[in-house]
Amino acid sequence: MVLVRFRLTWPGFALEVEQCLPGRGVTAFFGPSGSGKTTLLRCIAGLETAGEGWLDFQGEVWQDSTRRRFVPTHRRPLGYVFQEASLFPHVSVRGNIEYGHQRARRRDWLAWPWHLPGPLPRGEPSDPAAGLGAIIDLLGIAPLLDRMPERLSGGERQRVAIARALAARPRLLLMDEPLAALDPQRKAEILPYLERLHDELAIPVFYVSHSPEEVARLADHILVFEQGRIRAAGPAPEILARLDLPLARDSEASSFLDGRVLAWDADYDLMRVQVPGAHLWVPGASRPVGARVRVRIQARDVSLSPGEPAPSSILNVFPARILEFGVSEGPRLLVKLGLEDHGRAGNLDGPNLLARITRQSRDRLGLTLGQRVHAQVKAVALME
Amino acid sequence: MLEGIDLAAILLTLKLAVTTTLILLLVGTPIAWWLARTRSRWKGVVGALVALPLVLPPTVLGFYLLVSLGPHGPIGQFTQWLGIGLLPFTFAGLVVGSVFYSLPFVVQPLQNAFTASGERPLEVAATLGAGPWDRFFTVALPLARPGFITAAILGFAHTVGEFGVVLMIGGNIPERTRVVSVAIYDHVEALEYAEAHLLAGGMLVFSFLVLLALYSRNARPWT
Repeated sequence: MVLVRFRLTWPGFALEVEQCLPGRGVTAFFGPSGSGKTTLLRCIAGLETAGEGWLDFQGEVWQDSTRRRFVPTHRRPLGYVFQEASLFPHVSVRGNIEYGHQRARRRDWLAWPWHLPGPLPRGEPSDPAAGLGAIIDLLGIAPLLDRMPERLSGGERQRVAIARALAARPRLLLMDEPLAALDPQRKAEILPYLERLHDELAIPVFYVSHSPEEVARLADHILVFEQGRIRAAGPAPEILARLDLPLARDSEASSFLDGRVLAWDADYDLMRVQVPGAHLWVPGASRPVGARVRVRIQARDVSLSPGEPAPSSILNVFPARILEFGVSEGPRLLVKLGLEDHGRAGNLDGPNLLARITRQSRDRLGLTLGQRVHAQVKAVALME
Repeated sequence: MLEGIDLAAILLTLKLAVTTTLILLLVGTPIAWWLARTRSRWKGVVGALVALPLVLPPTVLGFYLLVSLGPHGPIGQFTQWLGIGLLPFTFAGLVVGSVFYSLPFVVQPLQNAFTASGERPLEVAATLGAGPWDRFFTVALPLARPGFITAAILGFAHTVGEFGVVLMIGGNIPERTRVVSVAIYDHVEALEYAEAHLLAGGMLVFSFLVLLALYSRNARPWT
């Protein structure tokens, strides 16, 4: 658990935040630029010394302005990945990675016997050099170790920067838009590494982003920032489905459903996935039966039909109930649906599904709140 | 060719320039670091004081140094109290004068270098567990290396080329304070143009080579 309370005023900007952040998983700080996400991250790192604040990291007070307590950045066991990789240009990739690693070993040695675990406790051998090897493998940078940073591509630099932050054996990883400076291709190159991090890292990660797609792919929890304040906070599926927040207004607005693999149809190369309230046919890679998977359904790929739908080429059709209409965006609007569990008809506790339809369709079909409809899903994507 | 007395002047000049440059790098680094990072309102005042030798006639600087280093000046009384004696017309006095005179030529390139590398690498180092001194020696100094090379070259060359301050506080004592520029002046006064040519031409070539090295230096200083 990380408790933060910060108040900071600059000309034309004020940050006022009081929040309890989860001590595990990836928490996304989402919001437009200038909304205070990066400033809060810098406050947590101790890089922003102005302003009043109070910060409790899992029981350790890192800052308490009322008692003039301020643990300087270099004594906070954290890793920070900046928007630009900011590698040290005067040392090799290896030198960059070892910089924090050596200092962390010194720190941990001095802290003995109050030794605290590093970033990769799952299966991490006690040999610190092996821990470094695991990080290098995780980010795939072994071939780059002897190069100078100026000879790396943007994506490689950012991977090295992430490895460097992890090598410092942090207990909290802070990432400030690590993909924002990269072109779409490089982004696509790094995202899988970040998703692996998400799966393998046992420490909390605070991830600043203004990209709904990144947030949807990586976050377990989301804080939505607006003008220096936190407008909403909560588990990712809940925040992503809230029609009053900017995440659902994005053109890529999506629903994320967690499910289990029921079967694999080898004839058609389709996977049968059960999510609460629906069965889905998912194309693509086969997973073992029983495996947990997460699927993504974009709101624009969902259409609604009030009656029993006519036969069509669409594979995934299932009943749902209209829970909420969003505000209209030009010709379209978002509709929030609740899936209904087949076993327990009328149960609205199933997951939510977003559909983007035209206002004309809503009026022509006479859709109303609470109405039962059939959701037709044109595309389901398996999240890696 | 070179007479012994002129050779002594050349050696003295080099000795003065090396000593001055080393002292300036030691003294100038903290000043430049402070100037590059402070938000104090004294920044302007200190910056202007450091830059003064750029615009003052060397005689003004030399005059005040002479007065303050002299037997009734504050520094003179201090050095006498320390038992060092008086500095004017000694090599030590020349070094003091040169340090003041060449200060901006060392501080400004260093300040520019520290400013250019910016706050970010230091923040990165802090997040990686490096304390303030650690950050300074392992990140700030290596990144400012091009600035240090420029500062050393400029400080050295400018000290070699000084004349007015030397004359004011050093006088013209062979093997103690008679540097090349003063020796040239003496030769010209005595109408010994051949000797003057030799020294003056040497200075010209030397200065050109130094500046040539400075301006054609590789742009990738840390490799």
